[in-house]
Amino acid sequence: MTTLPDKTDRKLGLVIDLDTCVGCHACVVACKGWNTENYGAPLSDQDPYGADPTGTFLNRVHSYEITEPDAAPRLVHFPKSCLHCDDAPCVTVCPTGASYKRVEDGIVLVNEADCIGCGLCAWACPYGARELDAAEGVMKKCTLCVDRIYNETLPEEDREPACVRTCPAGARHFGDLADPDSAVSQLVAERGGYDLLPEQGTKPVNKYLPPRARDCGPSGALTPVAEDPRGFLGWLDRALSKLPGGS
Amino acid sequence: MHPAPSIILFTTLSGAGFGLLFWLGLDSTPPTGWVAFAFFTLAYLLAVGGLMASVFHLGQPRRAIKAFREWRSSWLSREAWTSTATLTLMALYGAGLTFAATRIGALGFIGAAMALLTVFTTAMIYAQMRTVPRWNTPLTPLKFLAISLAGGALLAAKTAFAIPLLLLAGALQLAHWLMGDRLTETGSALVPNSGTLRAFEPPHIGDNYLTHEMAFTVARRHALKLRVIALLLMAPLPALLLALPGGHVTGGFAVLFHIAGVLAARWLFFAEAQHVQARFYGTHARTESV
Amino acid sequence: MPKDQPGLDMSPPVSDEVRRTTCYMCACRCGINVHMKAGKVAYIEGNRDHPVNKGVLCAKGSAGIMQVNAPSRLRAPLRRVGPRGSGEFEEITWDAALDLAVSWIRPLRDSAPEKFAFFTGRDQSQSLTGLWAQAFGTPNYAAHGGFCSVNMAAAGIYTMGGAFWEFGQPDWERTKLFLLFGVAEDHDSNPIKMGIGRLKARGGRMVGINPIRTGYNAVADDWFGITPGTDGLLILALIHELMRAGRIDLDYLARFTNAPILLNGDQKSNDHGLPLTDDGGTPLVIDRRTGQPAPWNGQGVEPDLTGTIRRAGITHRTVMHEMATHFMDPQWSADAAEGPTGIPAARIRALAADLARTAFDEAIEIDQPWTDFRGHRHQKMIGRPVSVHAMRGISAHSNGFQTARALHVLQILLGAVETPGSMRFKPPYPKPWHGHPKPHAAGKPGQPLDGPHLGYPAGPDDLLINPDGSPKRLDKAYSWEAPLAAHGLMHMVIPNAHAGDPYRIDTLLLYMANMAWNSSMNTDDTIAMLTETDENGDYVIPRIIYSDAYASETIAYADLILPDTTYLERHDCISLLDRPICEGDQVADAIRWPVIQPDRDVRPFQSVLIALGARLGLPGFVTEDGSPKYADYADYITNHERRPGVGPLAGWRMSETGLTQGRGAPNAGQIDSYIANGGFWTHEIPAEAQFFKPWNTAYQDFAVSMGFYDAPQPYLFEIWSPPLRRFQLAAEGKGDRQPPEHLRADLARAMAPLPTWYAPLYGAEDYPVHALTQRPMAMYHSWGSQNAWLRQIHTSNLLYLPTAIWDAQGFAEGDWARLTSPHGEITVPVALMAALNPHTVWTWNAIGKRKGAWALDGDAPEATTGFLLNHLIGECRPGTQTRRSNSDPVTGQAAWFDLRVRIEKADPPEGARPAFAPLRSPVPAAPRHLRWKVGR
Ligand SMILES: Nc1nc2c(c(=O)[nH]1)N[C@H]1C(S)=C(S)[C@@H](COP(=O)(O)OP(=O)(O)OC[C@H]3O[C@@H](n4cnc5c(=O)[nH]c(N)nc54)[C@H](O)[C@@H]3O)O[C@H]1N2
Ligand SMILES: Nc1nc2c(c(=O)[nH]1)N[C@H]1C(S)=C(S)[C@@H](COP(=O)(O)OP(=O)(O)OC[C@H]3O[C@@H](n4cnc5c(=O)[nH]c(N)nc54)[C@H](O)[C@@H]3O)O[C@H]1N2
Ligand code: SF4
Ligand code: SF4
Ligand code: SF4
Ligand code: SF4
Ligand code: SF4
Ligand SMILES: [Mo]
Repeated sequence: MTTLPDKTDRKLGLVIDLDTCVGCHACVVACKGWNTENYGAPLSDQDPYGADPTGTFLNRVHSYEITEPDAAPRLVHFPKSCLHCDDAPCVTVCPTGASYKRVEDGIVLVNEADCIGCGLCAWACPYGARELDAAEGVMKKCTLCVDRIYNETLPEEDREPACVRTCPAGARHFGDLADPDSAVSQLVAERGGYDLLPEQGTKPVNKYLPPRARDCGPSGALTPVAEDPRGFLGWLDRALSKLPGGS
Repeated sequence: MHPAPSIILFTTLSGAGFGLLFWLGLDSTPPTGWVAFAFFTLAYLLAVGGLMASVFHLGQPRRAIKAFREWRSSWLSREAWTSTATLTLMALYGAGLTFAATRIGALGFIGAAMALLTVFTTAMIYAQMRTVPRWNTPLTPLKFLAISLAGGALLAAKTAFAIPLLLLAGALQLAHWLMGDRLTETGSALVPNSGTLRAFEPPHIGDNYLTHEMAFTVARRHALKLRVIALLLMAPLPALLLALPGGHVTGGFAVLFHIAGVLAARWLFFAEAQHVQARFYGTHARTESV
Repeated sequence: MPKDQPGLDMSPPVSDEVRRTTCYMCACRCGINVHMKAGKVAYIEGNRDHPVNKGVLCAKGSAGIMQVNAPSRLRAPLRRVGPRGSGEFEEITWDAALDLAVSWIRPLRDSAPEKFAFFTGRDQSQSLTGLWAQAFGTPNYAAHGGFCSVNMAAAGIYTMGGAFWEFGQPDWERTKLFLLFGVAEDHDSNPIKMGIGRLKARGGRMVGINPIRTGYNAVADDWFGITPGTDGLLILALIHELMRAGRIDLDYLARFTNAPILLNGDQKSNDHGLPLTDDGGTPLVIDRRTGQPAPWNGQGVEPDLTGTIRRAGITHRTVMHEMATHFMDPQWSADAAEGPTGIPAARIRALAADLARTAFDEAIEIDQPWTDFRGHRHQKMIGRPVSVHAMRGISAHSNGFQTARALHVLQILLGAVETPGSMRFKPPYPKPWHGHPKPHAAGKPGQPLDGPHLGYPAGPDDLLINPDGSPKRLDKAYSWEAPLAAHGLMHMVIPNAHAGDPYRIDTLLLYMANMAWNSSMNTDDTIAMLTETDENGDYVIPRIIYSDAYASETIAYADLILPDTTYLERHDCISLLDRPICEGDQVADAIRWPVIQPDRDVRPFQSVLIALGARLGLPGFVTEDGSPKYADYADYITNHERRPGVGPLAGWRMSETGLTQGRGAPNAGQIDSYIANGGFWTHEIPAEAQFFKPWNTAYQDFAVSMGFYDAPQPYLFEIWSPPLRRFQLAAEGKGDRQPPEHLRADLARAMAPLPTWYAPLYGAEDYPVHALTQRPMAMYHSWGSQNAWLRQIHTSNLLYLPTAIWDAQGFAEGDWARLTSPHGEITVPVALMAALNPHTVWTWNAIGKRKGAWALDGDAPEATTGFLLNHLIGECRPGTQTRRSNSDPVTGQAAWFDLRVRIEKADPPEGARPAFAPLRSPVPAAPRHLRWKVGR
């Protein structure tokens, strides 16, 4: 199954709004919490209280500073998890078949029971979306919360990824990007959603919505009715007399 | 990329081991008896030793056997097959030579071809990585093959072949470096219309698997020094030694120098390779000195 | 192509049980679903039904599981056995601990209750702690608001009867233009993020006014990278522009504010500048219907903004006259603001125009008639969709009170308070200053205090000072040094107790505040004060009792430790009496309850306090026969009544006919009802009462029915502040309570009755660079670092330098810098940031840790390269002769962000400087690996 399906019935994925992401890391920790307790081995932490704490995370938020001539510098927060690529190189490099892409929804998963922890898939992924768990020795990656989105023990409204459910700013959206009528597809169309590093040929399913233009609020100034208090009070008297009840 | 000692050791040693097997399989007048035993033991020590090293690099070595599954798409799986096939074929071939002093020519030829194929599959694991531009070139398998052949010839004491092959390997190594140096960081912007984009804060202050594995880069001036040393050791020096009349002593040194040179070059092969995902970490990618 | 995909269980049960309670990884108080497996916490997510977070959860909230299993949790009461700071403790029983505490403080109660001081950090049980301290009889009680955000709170209350966050919020559903001043995270963490998300999704615009462009400011459509301490100038310039253009809401000003109130114009009068009143003391306006003076609240009165009245040869004019004179002054023009603020005048003017356009040209209407307190029926609710939020960027400066006032006046001029699309109060607010109690400090040995500690003075007569002018309170709140110190001055408690200024104390009880580290203004000085001994070898502050839940830095400096539980192990109540969680259209309160039981010998502090109260026999905590009145905090929450029918929780109270809400008798099943409902209670405000609350009869009646107050109390927004004017009059020499000479000039300026601006008071001319901190969204003060997941995000901090300083001094990545302030010096790692005000440097707050604290290894980056700016700040203002606290002269708000420094390149030291001696950890070493999964 390390070959990719010719086509998947749906393309489930995330749409991440870089215009609204405030970089709060809520999605990072919700993901850590959910996936520590659920799918596969717990996401472990090494030296958690020591000099060099490291742990497995499936979703991480970068922040970048953008400087342009003639514009105020700005910051963009950039969450990143697996993009569930259509042409997922991480799948085809896998020697064991542990990495696979689901035919029904396109979710890219690691079957941990088969994973030998060779790390090749992480090398093959251009996005840094896979992390080898140091304690378990198997590859971990975003599961698109496959154990939530179909989970019949959860109320309907909770059948969405943990990171999406938790994002306070509403910067993460989940849906079927194969369906042009889905809310996510429409958002992508409206806001010019883009592929991350398309030249890598991975055809990511996840899309990013670019930040809107900054610092271009309306210009212009108000027209004074008076320059000094006396003039102002004179104007005020005239204005008041026009109000209902004015004499 | 993080220069993991086990992987460096693996590719270097197994490369030389399979190279030796290649020459042994091809040899129309191969050694027999104890001499054959010695040669084959050396070849197997190198090849299997290297493979063992790579198995220990795995997160789940006990499941290594599963790596045979996906030969249709995975170069690593193919490597598992080719290496096992080579080792099996060559074991039979070697047993014939050692214990029966018989040379099963066809077996030798097939084994030799498989040995080369093994080296090729190993190289392709790296060469296929679009994510690592320095590796993602036909020069990678060519270089691996040339080095393996040269090392093998050196070990097999095929001096006539060894000298040109060493020089070829050296030339390919040089070409690989120079071509790698010509790569400029290209690729589409992480954020469209973003002028100059600079990593401001990493997602986690400390290291993580990704920064450890992929955001490693070596400082340029260190790399240059090491390149000179690696190149000298792996090609011209052993070639020169071979050209000298010194018999086993110079031959022995030639082998040692060559292996040391390849090890250094292999270290650089990783340490100089930039993974595209390091772009996400930007200036926070670690620059470590040798 | 059929695939041999592995079988997957797509519907694994998430948990055996969900227990819904309230988060406490910060003070935002979101609702959480705690998923339990086999009695253990397996996963925490947001509660979708909860009014605060509606399902979302921040990073800290999601990491709660790592908080309740943190190795830093204290395990049993501790008694100090070595010297202070040595960290040598012995574990003792709770009985012994309580006995010891009682043996220390009972004699104080019986002789000199003021020698016992009780100060609490960011706890949410101030109605209990305050009541307790009142019953004890000490005047020395407050929570931490004085170093946190009292400027914001007091300016809001004095101006309009409410402030931001717990008091009010933008009308997120309707607002179109949102201005955010000086906020990195705020208490209202999730609601702000949700609000910004919704605003942007609707196509609304957001303007960030902040020297630093991270977080919220990074997503703001426009960024004003203002120079710290100058927001007042920017806001006054906006007001100036709006006034000049007449783009202000005249109808709103006339009806709902004191703009039409007549002021005494007699310069010789002791009441000069105070409202003219009728004989009954009711302030007067000119009624436009008659042209005659009328009480402001007379039925049918139409107040005249420009009315005047001439009496005894003196013309008395309205507040509006004063406003025109004051705000039109060129000193408040956009041109004057440009230099100090660093914002081009054209941008200020454009923002003013944008505000006016949005407020007036994009006004919204809700088809909802309502009646105001003068009996006037309004057919519609007219909304001004401009909203504002601000916090410590304004608050934590010594001119913060006036700046916050200016901001509220800006809102008011636009008609953008309590109108649709603008800012909405959250019940029980609005509540004007005169609806709050006055402060009290008179106690007699063995007796309760004469009233609640904290309140809102109307003028000098309400100050808590002795006849000689000296402060009655240890922290000098409500003295001439901080007349409107509505939250006390927690940052001055240790320094004042140490200096014996105004007097020495015996026992200090601290709760939940890391005073020996990140929450004191000068860490090293504070540590020295805590350990200093007198000539007899006794500690200058003789006894310190401290309640913490974790191995914080402060543990080492206490004599008795009362270990608290974690937030999932105790009852709490988020009460309307205290700091509620209401929304603009909803009354709400909530509880916490023990969803797990502690596995250590720890007790909830509130229950411990109640037990102490009983042992001390404090009124209210014992029954008539002297036995304990409450078994524990849960019992108190259920049965305590503040006034008849009004208790800590408003939901599921009891009436004669059954369950009721708001007012009602205690109900034994109340907490169970809360638990069954998800840990909270809400009650919708009727549609007619949802806006214009201070003046809306429907709301006033609703408020009375809920028990917020006992009779309707409509009031006017005070653009001109009479209480401030009374203090200013005193400073001008009027009246018999006079300030000391050295404070007179400062007071005259700071107590201006109309918003004003003066440069921050931190005297630091030779220190050209502003140094700020910001809260990281994923960390809560010092306690984030003990959390295995969160600390990986912020394991250490850097000082960010603007390009101008970076280039001028030739900094490069990996460099270190030495920062010098009038108070100290630190050496720290630096990094470049372009999106930063050119005169400002900053770092994340409270990442730096002391070695040995928080169960972290001694070589944890937090303790080696991590650092605090606090070592550079001082409790006292530099360059003053007498001890003057480094605070706002009005409220006593700690002026953290006035800090100014010099900066120079430094050789990389081994670690950040100053380095402190490692603390001895009161808890065992932490594990080396974590693989946390409870449901294997
Ligand atoms: N995640 C998290 N949340 C928290 C806390 C926490 O520790 N972590 N702490 C809680 C507490 S106790 C509090 S008090 C609140 C505080 O919440 P905030 O008010 O957001 O406080 P700070 O993070 O200190 O941010 C102050 C902001 O003001 C800006 N600033 C400083 N000076 C000026 C100025 O002169 N003008 C302007 N316009 N801006 C200025 C700073 O750049 C910074 O962005 O957060 C609460 N919420
Ligand atoms: N440089 C600089 N310094 C600042 C600020 C700044 O902006 N810049 N901000 C200031 C402000 S506004 C504030 S509010 C202070 C905050 O400073 P602190 O109030 O000191 O905040 P914390 O670090 O949260 O410390 C609270 C203590 O409560 C303990 N604690 C946590 N949970 C519990 C519990 O459940 N029970 C008990 N009993 N204890 C518990 C923690 O372990 C910790 O020791 O910092 C101030 N210091
Ligand atoms: S939770 Fe949402 S806003 Fe926060 S970092 Fe993640 S995507 Fe951004
Ligand atoms: S993002 Fe990386 S891990 Fe995910 S499917 Fe694409 S290549 Fe594979
Ligand atoms: S690490 Fe596991 S999933 Fe990744 S390629 Fe190797 S076997 Fe496949
Ligand atoms: S979809 Fe699930 S697994 Fe993927 S990043 Fe979000 S929370 Fe993590
Ligand atoms: S904002 Fe975060 S930490 Fe604070 S109460 Fe809400 S979820 Fe908890
Ligand atoms: Mo605070």
